[in-house]
Amino acid sequence: MIPPFQRFLDDQREPVWRFLVASVGRVDADDCFQETFLAAMSAYPRLRAGSNLHAWVMTIAHRKALDHHRGRARRAIPVDAVPEVAVHDPPARDEETWERVRELPPKQRAAVLLRYAGDLSHAEVAAALDCSEEAARRSAHEGLKKLRLEMSPTP
Amino acid sequence: MTDLRPPQIDPADAAAAAARFAGRAEPDVAYAVVDSPVGALVAAVTPQGLVRLAYEDFEGGVDEVLDSLAVKLSPRILEAPARLDAVRRELDEYFAGRRETFDVPIDWTLYSDFGRRVLQATAAIPFGHTATYGQMAAQAGNAKASRAAGRALGANAIPIVVPCHRVIGTSGKLTGYTGGMHRKEALLRLEGIAF
Repeated sequence: MIPPFQRFLDDQREPVWRFLVASVGRVDADDCFQETFLAAMSAYPRLRAGSNLHAWVMTIAHRKALDHHRGRARRAIPVDAVPEVAVHDPPARDEETWERVRELPPKQRAAVLLRYAGDLSHAEVAAALDCSEEAARRSAHEGLKKLRLEMSPTP
Repeated sequence: MTDLRPPQIDPADAAAAAARFAGRAEPDVAYAVVDSPVGALVAAVTPQGLVRLAYEDFEGGVDEVLDSLAVKLSPRILEAPARLDAVRRELDEYFAGRRETFDVPIDWTLYSDFGRRVLQATAAIPFGHTATYGQMAAQAGNAKASRAAGRALGANAIPIVVPCHRVIGTSGKLTGYTGGMHRKEALLRLEGIAF
């Protein structure tokens, strides 16, 4: 049996929110969250009983985050034209890390986000990205390596 | 960097985003838990009308009520109290003695022919009056089927609004009730019916 959507929403809202905060940042997380669950609700009755709901909704959230990245690339404007926004708290260390993750090449970015912010296994990441498990593992590994290089203190 | 931890989030942010979603989405079934003098009720509506009113402590709780609706109607179920405003208002008025008939539309899709006719006949019993199982069976088209009428009333998914509490035995005996006899008695007392 597929659980009532409300229960699915209650179970998945925090993992999806966490994944989207990592993927697109706090400001845009809500738009992607709304689109993710709207798409999920529309497809929901066609799900097979016993489906992996967590991996399924993360795959949808990943696609919505991807749309967001593409849209942002199209709207890209020079940095000095960005209006000043009050920053209440200095970005925490982990926020800075995830900002760097968002700058990784697309495959690495997707694999790192799904594995470490979405809490999917490498096999689930592979299914979400429609690639082999080995490729998913390699992308995540390469992404982490690149981050490590970028974030190591400069000599 | 040795590990990559997921970002810290405030669970209240996720809850607020989910509430915004539930408030705007268009589910097949919207529900809310409604307080009443006869206990908490799980109320559910479809775009057609009221489809379920369950005594929360008598039907296995909210979860079981929703599981059953997911199987019988659709799993696209959301908690959306604003969609239950009319139901809540009419129930409040009924329990306050200011309303004798319910005007909210009813979704009858859960029932097959005979059961539906029995419950529709039941819905037409006026406030403050009673009828027998035999009378309901006759109105549903089969005067001999009072036992089947009893079963149909036992399967009433919308007690109070479809007033099965007004149906009693030929001898005037109250017989059973979906929410327990004390509730049938409370509803009859509210309507000024002697028993």
